[in-house]
Amino acid sequence: MTTTTLKQPSKILKILKAIWNGIRRIPAVYFIFFGIFIVLGLLSPTYQSTPGIMAFLRRTSPLAILAIGEMIVLSTGGYDLSIGSIVTMVVLGSSLLLNNDPTMMPTAIWTMLALGLLIGLVNGFVVSYLKIPSFIATLGMMLLVKGGALYWVGGAPRGYLTENWRAFGRGYFENVPLVDRFPYALAILLILALVTYFIYHRSNFGKQILAIGDNVRASQLSGVRVRLVRMIAFVISSLFAVIGGIMIGGFGGVNVTIGEGLEMQTIAACVVGGVLLGGGKGSVMNVVFGAFTMEAIFNLLNLLGLPKPYKDAVQGLIIIAAVAYVALSTRKKK
Amino acid sequence: MTEEQKQKDEKTANRIEPLLEVQSISKRFPGVVALDNVSLKFMPGEIHAVVGENGAGKSTLMKILAGAYIPDTGSILLKGEKVTFSHPQQAQHKGITIIYQEFNLLPDRTVAYNIFLGREPSKFGIIDIRKMNKDAEDLLREIGVEKMISPTAMVSSLSVAEQQLVEIAKAISFNAKVLIMDEPTAALTYTEVKLLLDLVVKLKENGMAVIFISHRLVEVFDFAEKITVLKDGQLVGTVNVTEVKPEDVVHMMVGRSLDHYFPPLGKPEDFGEVVLKVTNASNKFLKDISFELRKGEVLGIAGLQGSGRTEMAQAVFGVEPFTTGSVELRGKAMIIKNPATAIKNRIGFVTEDRKSEGILPKQPIRDNMLLTVRAIQFVFGPIFKNGIRKTKNLVPNLGKQVDVRTDSYDREVQYLSGGNQQKVVLAKWLASDADIFIFDEPTRGIDVEAKASIHDMIRDLTKKGIAVLMISSELPEIIGMSDRVLVMWDGHIEGELPAKSSEPEIMLMATGGKHIKEPQSVSAAGKE
Repeated sequence: MTTTTLKQPSKILKILKAIWNGIRRIPAVYFIFFGIFIVLGLLSPTYQSTPGIMAFLRRTSPLAILAIGEMIVLSTGGYDLSIGSIVTMVVLGSSLLLNNDPTMMPTAIWTMLALGLLIGLVNGFVVSYLKIPSFIATLGMMLLVKGGALYWVGGAPRGYLTENWRAFGRGYFENVPLVDRFPYALAILLILALVTYFIYHRSNFGKQILAIGDNVRASQLSGVRVRLVRMIAFVISSLFAVIGGIMIGGFGGVNVTIGEGLEMQTIAACVVGGVLLGGGKGSVMNVVFGAFTMEAIFNLLNLLGLPKPYKDAVQGLIIIAAVAYVALSTRKKK
Repeated sequence: MTEEQKQKDEKTANRIEPLLEVQSISKRFPGVVALDNVSLKFMPGEIHAVVGENGAGKSTLMKILAGAYIPDTGSILLKGEKVTFSHPQQAQHKGITIIYQEFNLLPDRTVAYNIFLGREPSKFGIIDIRKMNKDAEDLLREIGVEKMISPTAMVSSLSVAEQQLVEIAKAISFNAKVLIMDEPTAALTYTEVKLLLDLVVKLKENGMAVIFISHRLVEVFDFAEKITVLKDGQLVGTVNVTEVKPEDVVHMMVGRSLDHYFPPLGKPEDFGEVVLKVTNASNKFLKDISFELRKGEVLGIAGLQGSGRTEMAQAVFGVEPFTTGSVELRGKAMIIKNPATAIKNRIGFVTEDRKSEGILPKQPIRDNMLLTVRAIQFVFGPIFKNGIRKTKNLVPNLGKQVDVRTDSYDREVQYLSGGNQQKVVLAKWLASDADIFIFDEPTRGIDVEAKASIHDMIRDLTKKGIAVLMISSELPEIIGMSDRVLVMWDGHIEGELPAKSSEPEIMLMATGGKHIKEPQSVSAAGKE
């Protein structure tokens, strides 16, 4: 009799423990995101409706794409601070090239992708061949690209963005089953996330990126072409910034500060998504949700009616808190 | 005359109080006893050399004397008075100065600034540069190098030897009574060594006690009066230079019983054709390297730290390639300009420093094992969980082969023991299908059991026709494993020894003992 009463709770405990262990393995970012999103839903009915959620995802997709690109560079142990300026360049430059002529849309996009490729190559070259720390190199590139873009358009925004160009960011697939309207931006994010997933988690390149971020010297001695891998990482980051820029231009106006602070937002999104600053760890899926979390937090601050400076301060707090959380939890493991 | 001199020396030595004395000093670090109950006396006006193998405890002892480490037990007496130092500065103010192998000078400051760092002469709170330069010049004149070194020269513009002289001038400005030098001559040319040692002799004649650590028995026998030998943290003994031969000192340094099991050596019929042939190759660290490596043999590379062992391995592997001479790989001339080329040509390099050069700590075991094969494939090519397209279950096979103890290959390598980490590194090279293996200190810092299994593994490799180049500072390992031994000294190959050579034979070559000049032994013989 006593044995059965003792046995049963222990069995239940075991099951509970197994479930608990399973829950603990889920990255913190999912709990944070869904937690905040539920609060958003309680505060505003918009976030309870399918169109509202789709609009939220449309807004967030560009940040998520930028964050995936940033993650690739962060995983090598570097930083890419130039992506915010690339976004500014894309919006200002496209507006000038298009000048309200829809037939120019492909030209504008190809030009921007080519410029992105060039910026990525230069970043990679400066970091891997001239051996300048990426933080400094891309900080310089940030100023250079922004200044260059402003010079190109003559100091102030010029021209107009055409509807067909803006569609990437603001358009919807209509009459989609279940959700009715499905944003192009989300589709682009899903495709890019899938591609990056294979590159990052399922290719030699991804494994070598993590290897470099973890231990450059050991990687080099194991035959990893460190400079080549770093170059590719910066190129991917720049190209993703161009794509993100096209989408951001889709619903923002043409102004010179459009890309400002995006590099910090994406780094925060990566950190929340569990990317180790200094390299060696990352996950595409978690980073996408890291970006969603950032956007959800900003929306929450808006709903609470807090002014913009709070947004910056909160962002700083998030970076510090997330890095501290990682540092503490790895210390515990040891 | 010498007889009288000696007696007189002994008398004065008995009368004079030791300047510095350590009594039963012990110091342990996690896992090792660095110093075990060591007692020593240092007399004024004496050059006292401290010798021993790598890891014998020399540097620990010096750091204790200089106040950088605090001993666990035992005491330090300065002029008969008990002293305790909790910081190197305290030792410095008491007149004990240490000059490390790596200098502590500020490269972008002038000589004078460096000498008076932290105690610059000042006027109204502003540094009196003129006085400082003059004082520095006086100090430099005192040691007779004022013509060589200007007080206003930048330290970065000075040679290593000149920097050492600046350190000595600085020591004198502290009124140093005891000068400790940690391998002062390791990076100097012959003439610089002479200059430095002449100065040291002068300091000694002024009543300073000079303690110097050296790997070069040549200098020890030329300049020192006493030699103290340390081994595995214990004091073997202190001898007068005039009473011993280099061979005796070498015996004191190494004499130890082989208590570790090694797999049997290869038989002559196991050795195949030459797979690696290096001829007259040099680079900035190495001079005129020539050797051959055959299939199925373990070629041991002995030598002390700084003798160029690791540099040679790195040259062969393309990390710091040879700039002259030729390398033949399996009968074909080859230029190995980077590690990737070496890996494609099936050379593997198990590096010395596992933590900084071997493992990817945060990556799982499987990704560590597969790194080399992935590195030489198409960059965007797909990966396979446990292997490559051709061999899909490489990881479990390798794991079994090297006997990694783990519950899952997904475990991050940082959580494995040192021995298991080393096995993962080994597996990484087995994966790349290398048939020339370079091992640099394969068993440093791992436990006895793992050591034995790595030794067995190395021998098993040779049975499969793999050629092994094995660098080690542990003489028992060199002797227990090598089918031939190359001994390196001063950036070149000093000589080759057959299997089962004795520790003293190797040590004599490795310390440059062969170079001890004849006159020295003649005069020593004359005294007898």
